[in-house]
Amino acid sequence: MDSILFETFTYLCAAVIAVPIAQRLGLGSVLGYLIAGIVIGPLFGLVGAETETIRHVAEFGVVLMLFLVGLELQPQSLWAMRGRLLGLGGLQVLVSAALIAAAGLAIGLDWRLALAIGLIFSLSSTAIVLQTLSEKGLTKTDGGRASFSVLLFQDIAVIPMLALIPLLALPELSGETVNGHLPAAAGHGEAAHPASMSLVAGLPSWAHALVVLGAVSAVLLGGYFLSRPLFRFIADSRLREIFTASALLLVVGIALLMTLVDLSPALGTFLAGVVLANSEFRTELESDIEPFKGLLLGLFFITVGAGIDFGVLSADLVLILALTAGVILVKGLVLFALAGWFRLKPGDRWLFTLALAPAGEFGFVLLSFGQQNAVIAPELAKTLSLVVALSMLLTPALFLLYERLVLPRLRGGDEREPDQIEQPGTVIIAGVGRFGQIVNRMLLASSVRTVVLDHEAAILDMLRQLGIKAYYGDASRPDLLQAAGIAEASVFVVAIDDRERAVQMVEYVRRNYPHVQIIARAFDVNHLYLLKQAGADVAVRELFDTSTRVGSEVLRRLGLHPFKVEKMEQAFRRHDAAGLAKLYEVWDEHPDIARNRAYLARAREHGETLKEMMETDRLQLHDRSERGWTPPPKGYTDELGD
Amino acid sequence: MQIDPTPPARAETRQPSLLKQRILVLLAHPSIDRSEVNRPLAVATGQVPGVTLVDLYAEYPTFQIDIDREQGRLADHDVIVFMHPLYWYSTPAILKEWQDLVLEHGFAYGRTGTALRGKLLFNALTAGGSEAAYRAEGYNHYTIRELLHPIEQTAMLCGMIYLPPFALFAARTAVEEGRVDGHVRDWIRLLEALRDGRCDLDAARRAPTLSHHLDLIIKPG
Repeated sequence: MDSILFETFTYLCAAVIAVPIAQRLGLGSVLGYLIAGIVIGPLFGLVGAETETIRHVAEFGVVLMLFLVGLELQPQSLWAMRGRLLGLGGLQVLVSAALIAAAGLAIGLDWRLALAIGLIFSLSSTAIVLQTLSEKGLTKTDGGRASFSVLLFQDIAVIPMLALIPLLALPELSGETVNGHLPAAAGHGEAAHPASMSLVAGLPSWAHALVVLGAVSAVLLGGYFLSRPLFRFIADSRLREIFTASALLLVVGIALLMTLVDLSPALGTFLAGVVLANSEFRTELESDIEPFKGLLLGLFFITVGAGIDFGVLSADLVLILALTAGVILVKGLVLFALAGWFRLKPGDRWLFTLALAPAGEFGFVLLSFGQQNAVIAPELAKTLSLVVALSMLLTPALFLLYERLVLPRLRGGDEREPDQIEQPGTVIIAGVGRFGQIVNRMLLASSVRTVVLDHEAAILDMLRQLGIKAYYGDASRPDLLQAAGIAEASVFVVAIDDRERAVQMVEYVRRNYPHVQIIARAFDVNHLYLLKQAGADVAVRELFDTSTRVGSEVLRRLGLHPFKVEKMEQAFRRHDAAGLAKLYEVWDEHPDIARNRAYLARAREHGETLKEMMETDRLQLHDRSERGWTPPPKGYTDELGD
Repeated sequence: MQIDPTPPARAETRQPSLLKQRILVLLAHPSIDRSEVNRPLAVATGQVPGVTLVDLYAEYPTFQIDIDREQGRLADHDVIVFMHPLYWYSTPAILKEWQDLVLEHGFAYGRTGTALRGKLLFNALTAGGSEAAYRAEGYNHYTIRELLHPIEQTAMLCGMIYLPPFALFAARTAVEEGRVDGHVRDWIRLLEALRDGRCDLDAARRAPTLSHHLDLIIKPG
């Protein structure tokens, strides 16, 4: 127990200190975690052998990350990137592996060993690259998308690689390794699962294929048909932690299923994410999984840093540095050429090259797997895993290179993007009861993109049947607002039933996203003032407009001329608006209206002016409501001729 | 699409300046986003120092014109311009509404209504017909100056000096025929000359239009 607490404390402490500093220095969080790992591992020796075990647990963060990536990706867009996925990704892996293997052959390695090394180094770091891309807001750029296609292909390519590696066993190593160690789950988190848990071990290949196919279709069909009613049932219980638990259960379950059939858990959860991308629970799932992913990934990066063996490193410093540089250079050349061939723009080409050139965490998996299968000698594996770790350490640094050196130069260049047509930004509507729904309908009819949040699953179901994009969740939760895209939104509409939460929401958004315009629905004058005070740009009383319309209707029914009624209504509204502004000054001093004497006195006073106004109007036909159409005085023409 | 109005801080505070004449341009175009001539004209207007541009349809989308504010604006300027496309030989509805509401008895006319005395008023308009149509023998039968007589007479009753219009004829084909840029340049030239007091007002009053006789009207300087 003590040691667990101590380790937890050490890891957390390192992260809490290193990451904000790295972020402040503009290095990005990933580099911060890696440095934290180096400090507590090789530098001060606070953590030791257990990092290996922790890393396998932490690799689950990558599984969670791919689930989240899948959630952001509609099935259509996945289909749209098939060309890049297979072309760009496939060529990258094949050509890089071939070149590195050729280099190995050239220095006299056995062809089998050379091929294994080529495969290991052809892969890049999904975890670091995706995390850094999203942190720097580069995910949606063309270079970011291309990088993602390649990373996804690599995740898939690991599966055949794991099948291939045992065939490359070197006869002279076979004696030393433990025989009969079956390939466990492919991909991330591999060693965390005992090898005995496999549904397909020992099956003939056709049956194997059938089981795999069955598992994948179970994920796809289950995600499509079963998840919605299940999540609805859980959502109706209104227990937030149970929703979180079920979200985790879903991811863990899929990862387990994939492991049982020897597929990559990351790939499985990615597919599940894609299937759920259109679901109303998307934002809620995102915000529930996000913290787990963040912590686990951070832990993973720390273990990479902590795993660097300075002893081996200093012994073979020149060799390891040369190998690292060589790998990055060879892969970089391949990537740069491919990026040119696939017509990426210069800026994106550099981003793509620099992001993917270093090796990745799959390298560790394949290395230990190769070691178990008598492909790579333990000593060599140690050196190579240092090369992997070191080049991963360099990934964030290469991103910095891109930001500081490549981008500024490109901006100065003659290549200018054509001016884009300004599109109105997204509008987030919190609460789509009777009020928010009308707002949403009007905006949609005007082709404005809206994101709608509500915690009534039944309402959402109906809206989705009408083809409206609506998401489940308590809109007053900051993480959910974030998942809904508040940072990029132009306008935020608060139309929820809960008065206090509405005010809190306005406060939160005003404080954290000052550029977002806030329009809030108020219940009454007091609520309106509270919303204004909280920072709403516009607060509108929900019943005022309809009430004045009813008032006008009554006046018309009493026989007043419709246009006169219109003018009276306008005068009444002007008077009311002026009163609201006047009373706010006194309200601000003491928001409890019932006890605020100054407020009550001023309200009475203002009320009397209204009556006065209306009476004057009736008698003399000469007040603001009539002004402008007041005829000039009788006989006024006498003075005009000169 | 909205024309950026002149920021109030600059335009609406009276400040002793070297500018001789303060110019108020009241823009009335009910669908400015489809406009081909008035929009570039208005955008250019907004960038001339010493000129206040008001987009009436943007400021009063429900026609609830603020009489006090508009009268204040009139008092603050020396040259008033109605900028608009010609609708049925007159202004778009909001400018008529503006006249009906703002030019009150006792403010603009009548014994005590002297607020507008001596100020200049003219239209900067675009017309669909060619200049040939605005003649006795053309299908519009009257010249543009004649058709604007109601506004001219309004100006006279308010004691203002009325000038002939700054007009662009055959406006629907102006873009295709490349006539917009030259027209905007002429407009800016006129605005600056008016602002700096470099206009021969007598010559201007005698001309059939301002737009076609700039060299006659603007004094060299």
